[in-house]
Amino acid sequence: MLSRVANSIYWMSRYLERAENVARFIGVNLNLILDMPEEYGEQWAPLVNISGDRELFKRLYGTPTRENVLQFLTFERENPNSILSSVRSARENARSVREIISSEMWEQANRFYLMVKHASENNISTDNPHNFYSDVKTESHLFDGITEATMSHGEAWHFLQVGELLERADKTSRILDVKYYILLPDEQAVGTAVDNIQWAALLKSVSALEMYRKHFKQISPAKVADFLILNREFPRSVHSCLRRAAYSLHAITGSQMGSFSNKAEQRMGRLLAELNYTQIEEIIVGGMHEFFEGLQSRLNGIDDCIFETYFTLRPLNKKYTQQQSQA
Amino acid sequence: MPLNFDSYDTENFYDEMIESPGEPRPGSRILVERIAKLEDGNILARQKAAEAFMYNMGITFTVYGSDEGAEKIFPFDIVPRIVESKDWAYIERGLKQRIQALNLFLDDIYHDQKILKDKIIPEEMILGAPSFRSQCVGIDVRRGIWCHITGTDLVRDSDGQHYVLEDNLRCPSGVSYVLENRQVLKRTFPTAFEASHVRAVDDYPARLLETLQFLAPYELSSPTVVVLTPGMYNSAYFEQSFLAQQMGVELVEGSDLVVFDGFVHMRTTHGFQRVDVIYRRIDDDFLDPTEFRSDSMLGVPGIMDVYRNGRVAIANAPGTGIADDKAVYAYLPKIVKYYLDEDMILPNVPTYICAVKKERDYVLANLDKLVVKATNESGGYGMLVGPHSTREQQAEFAEHIKKNPRNYIAQPTLALSRAPVLVEDHFEGRHVDLRPYILYGKDIYVMPGGLTRVALKKGSLVVNSSQGGGSKDTWVLSE
Repeated sequence: MLSRVANSIYWMSRYLERAENVARFIGVNLNLILDMPEEYGEQWAPLVNISGDRELFKRLYGTPTRENVLQFLTFERENPNSILSSVRSARENARSVREIISSEMWEQANRFYLMVKHASENNISTDNPHNFYSDVKTESHLFDGITEATMSHGEAWHFLQVGELLERADKTSRILDVKYYILLPDEQAVGTAVDNIQWAALLKSVSALEMYRKHFKQISPAKVADFLILNREFPRSVHSCLRRAAYSLHAITGSQMGSFSNKAEQRMGRLLAELNYTQIEEIIVGGMHEFFEGLQSRLNGIDDCIFETYFTLRPLNKKYTQQQSQA
Repeated sequence: MPLNFDSYDTENFYDEMIESPGEPRPGSRILVERIAKLEDGNILARQKAAEAFMYNMGITFTVYGSDEGAEKIFPFDIVPRIVESKDWAYIERGLKQRIQALNLFLDDIYHDQKILKDKIIPEEMILGAPSFRSQCVGIDVRRGIWCHITGTDLVRDSDGQHYVLEDNLRCPSGVSYVLENRQVLKRTFPTAFEASHVRAVDDYPARLLETLQFLAPYELSSPTVVVLTPGMYNSAYFEQSFLAQQMGVELVEGSDLVVFDGFVHMRTTHGFQRVDVIYRRIDDDFLDPTEFRSDSMLGVPGIMDVYRNGRVAIANAPGTGIADDKAVYAYLPKIVKYYLDEDMILPNVPTYICAVKKERDYVLANLDKLVVKATNESGGYGMLVGPHSTREQQAEFAEHIKKNPRNYIAQPTLALSRAPVLVEDHFEGRHVDLRPYILYGKDIYVMPGGLTRVALKKGSLVVNSSQGGGSKDTWVLSE
């Protein structure tokens, strides 16, 4: 298939997943704040820090109040990663591949965008934030379901999978990071009732509480981290996302898992192999936050390799392509 | 109130459906009877259902100058326009003759220019036109065909005579609406459709693909054909993606294509793939920044070199724009005579050429009666409809004409024929034109049907979708 089309499909699903995860992000914070003793105050700055858009936020809003942060992450048009911007980008990408995806998928991308746009024009999120963020999640799930049920599982579908799963792996790690690094109050608080409530809220925000209970029963920080990073069965765990993304990458080229035919497969395979043979205790000893930073930068590296391998094909040293790159 | 044509008033216009009050034309009888038998409100419900269907399917176009992503459905009227078989036979003959002559004209203009040397057309009329492409001089196009896809606009005057209003030989659009309208109408009037023996249009995409494959360089058994789009913000994007989908070929943007090793290739996830035939929906100006506009981001650098070497086919051929220049249009009777030694079957609307002093003086003295058109604009922009204009608008156009006479032609206002459209709970007559589509491949094929455009505003003569026009399905009856 055309490189541009593959690129659009990859970003369409990536942006939808991003919008969903920003909603989850905000959801976990709204929940945490409700359960937090008053002396901690409301912590909103960490959300902006973790999303990686701190400079932009400072320039546009200055102080990280609840209102500012919610507006910035949800509706700010100048923030390319806000929910509104992400859904709009997803819809534009969908429009550019309308002849490739099913018409039901296009319709859903369209409807999702109109829902968020309507909310942005009518202050719906501030009136009832919990409902709004949960609707965003549902619209995204609806798109996933429609995709699963109406699109052939061929090359285009595999690109869609890779985009969605890489984005999800990245965001799951960031959500954990919010709690682990930023919101962990101090050593004494670990293991207290408040602390446990917070971990439960976090699991809930990634729809993982019930699945976690079946697996571990008791909540402990290390086990939650284990579950969300290394669990092989939970569909939002980092390991599960990367394993399925690797499978789709190999389906695109037809090369065997465990081997590689390009850089994207190589880096993905190496990261996956590491996770396959890692225990949570090792990650904790090495520092959780350091682990996440490393993980996120390697995910970015894989994204770069996918871009290089599939989306920017250029012949070398040819008359006309040189002119094109100058243009 | 029952919905029928008993009180329908043709107001002395030629009506495509109703001959005289209460008396439908022969080919329309079945449909008119069928509509009269419908229960109250039924036809309104059918119109609504048809519109909802189009909206959900995203059969939309983008209006220039409105908000980002503003999409509208192309307004659509549920009553089809019916063309009798004998009328169609005449139109078809006329169009074939016209396309054949225009193609010979193009080949001559870009080679020996005999028609200029023989002084049939003044040289400056052609060589000074912006749509004449010196880059195309001397190119031997594949199989000698320049205009592969043409949309010709026809109108009918009060006496029922058909005239050609203009030819569109660059990138005529609208054919997707013909196909979609037909889908909708088949659901809406299935019985009348069947009983009327309407000729099929549905094989257009397959014929288009055949036409394009016929152009492939060398004798390739399965050439790679693509549709080249300016991108999703183009007003005709829906049509481009629709045609690509229906033909089962890739829809590409300029940046998907790259020239090297003497061929055009597209960038795919599995490497480069050679492209043999390009159905381009972008203007000459944007095709190749190394030869035409250097600021074009839509085109493919170097593509003209490959084309000149016969290693890729482009439809329509670059340079065809000169043949639908409105000033050249005025010479068409002479063009037909010159190349085919025949009289023109389908007449032109009489046309005054502002570049000719005597005709210009007449135009300037009669601006309130004439329709003035810029020779290089389409889509109803740059146009003055005399009888519907103000004195200021006329004065403004007079200035334009004096400053740049080559750029303008004028025509008398015809009493365009009308067809009934559904207005709230009754039918009213509205002016229509007809754009049939012609494919020039192994032979010349005229699609039996076409886009009937209708000026939905009462009394309006402008049928362009950008100016409040809509469309109707066109039923060409078989003999």
